[in-house]
Amino acid sequence: MTRDKRNQRIREFFIEKTISASGIASVVIVVLIFVFLLKDGLSLFKIESIQDFLSGKLWYPISDPPKFGILPLILGSIVVTAGATAISVPIGVASAIYIAEVSSPRIKEYLKAGVELLAAIPSVVLGFIGVVTLVPFVKQFFNLPTGLTAFSGSIMLAFMAMPTIVSIAEDALTAVPRSYREGALALGATKWQTIYKVTVPSAASGIVAAVMLGVGRVIGETMAVMMITGNAAVIPKSIFQPVRTLTATIAAEMGETVRGSDHFYALFAIGIVLFLITFFINMIADLYLHREKR
Amino acid sequence: MAQIEVKKLNLSYGDFHALIDIDLSIETRMITAMIGPSGCGKSTLLRVFNRMNDLIEGVNITGQVLIEGNDILNHKADLIVLRKEVGMVFQRPNPFPLSIYDNITFGPRVHGTKNKKILDEIVRTSLEDVLLWDELKDKLHRSALRLSLEQQQRLCIARLTAVKPKILLMDEPCSALDPVATQNIEELFNKLKNEYTIVIVTHNMQQAARISQRAGFMLLGELVEFGDTRRIFTAPADKRTEDYITGRFG
Ligand SMILES: Nc1ncnc2c1ncn2[C@@H]1O[C@H](COP(=O)(O)OP(=O)(O)OP(=O)(O)O)[C@@H](O)[C@H]1O
Ligand SMILES: [Mg+2]
Repeated sequence: MTRDKRNQRIREFFIEKTISASGIASVVIVVLIFVFLLKDGLSLFKIESIQDFLSGKLWYPISDPPKFGILPLILGSIVVTAGATAISVPIGVASAIYIAEVSSPRIKEYLKAGVELLAAIPSVVLGFIGVVTLVPFVKQFFNLPTGLTAFSGSIMLAFMAMPTIVSIAEDALTAVPRSYREGALALGATKWQTIYKVTVPSAASGIVAAVMLGVGRVIGETMAVMMITGNAAVIPKSIFQPVRTLTATIAAEMGETVRGSDHFYALFAIGIVLFLITFFINMIADLYLHREKR
Repeated sequence: MAQIEVKKLNLSYGDFHALIDIDLSIETRMITAMIGPSGCGKSTLLRVFNRMNDLIEGVNITGQVLIEGNDILNHKADLIVLRKEVGMVFQRPNPFPLSIYDNITFGPRVHGTKNKKILDEIVRTSLEDVLLWDELKDKLHRSALRLSLEQQQRLCIARLTAVKPKILLMDEPCSALDPVATQNIEELFNKLKNEYTIVIVTHNMQQAARISQRAGFMLLGELVEFGDTRRIFTAPADKRTEDYITGRFG
């Protein structure tokens, strides 16, 4: 064996080991985070039953005795997320279809740049813009006592989910082989029929994954919702009321708790709930993305 | 009677002249084979007949192409009707990633058939056309992508016969298939020519000789020679045709 070859093999060996070490490290870190979360979060259940925690209607963490019912927070998250999904999915998927299938190459470039720009806006900035423009508008337009409502939050979050949905769904549509479209057009299908009967169904799993990842982003979002939804931990009766989400609760209260207090553990327990929700959503997205590859 | 009349057809992609002064007439219920070296314009010519070149930017076409007397190059021509009459089979089988049933009913549905009974009947007769019915009748709701390549190509033909076209265009329909599958598909063509006018592009000269009644030899965008297949292969009039079929170039 020549020396060059041996050097090369040694180099390959180190490169390979470095890469696998980083791979292992990332897994270990995730596991550690989860263990840490579990350790502190589960401590809450020594003083509060899981049942009461999940279905309790009152969240008074610093009254005496404290009440750690997160039902209003869960509902707050669900209402805001559902609203954001209802707004962002149809618009996002339609935009993706327009960009991938209809627009001219030039317009396509501009639109894609626009979507990336939207994705690049920090959420706190979006939240700020929302507070100054959207909130007063909602208050006036619907004649409400306050514009800080679940509805405003949904609109704002829809803007955050949209870039994810558009860009991933657009990738999925673009990846549909040209031959499918040609086959459909050659059978006398119109452009529109080709899109909704062949191209979109062919990209369906990718589109579902796009939606799930967009929704995942919405559930995990904190800053903007905190600024815009009014932060009232009450069970919402309509989307035009202030709500508070799981994420906003952690962010708002973490600074005021004493390390090791019941309140502190309760916030970690909320973290577990959030973790599980996002984990399942990402898992579903992943499932669909992989189904496409098969 | 001629089903397709081509008169002084010229086509260019931008400033590249891909078809030059093509004149030919394709007869009803016969197999016409187009042969020639790679890049000579066979696919381009075929794609004129169902106006698939419209999808490409910068294509410029002049001349006349009459299908049953209608000039299909006229911009008033109804592409949807045209493509229903003139179906195309592609080089690689391209079934949609849908069920076998949905693949076949795609055409009839876009052309307005909604009745489930009629659609069921179409699926049956179309699969019978391509001799797949017995194999697939219990698997109609499986994904078409799980079929073998030969079955997929047959399915793509069934997808066409489902809309009852008059003309079938085939662009190297066997090039993705193994010899046995190719032979089976060739047998199928023989059967189909009783009902359809078939224009087939092929690289395989034996195939052209075996299955076609008319043949055309193209070179660099020109139709060098066109006529009875047996005559083209036994007594070519043009030196270039002779060189090509005897394998001196190509
Ligand atoms: N979209 C296009 N834009 C520009 N030139 C093209 C385009 N499509 C084909 N051509 C050119 O036109 C000529 C004819 O192409 P065509 O595909 O019709 O050839 P072909 O005879 O079918 O070849 P093959 O046997 O390789 O399939 C080739 O020189 C090709 O490079
Ligand atoms: Mg070709």
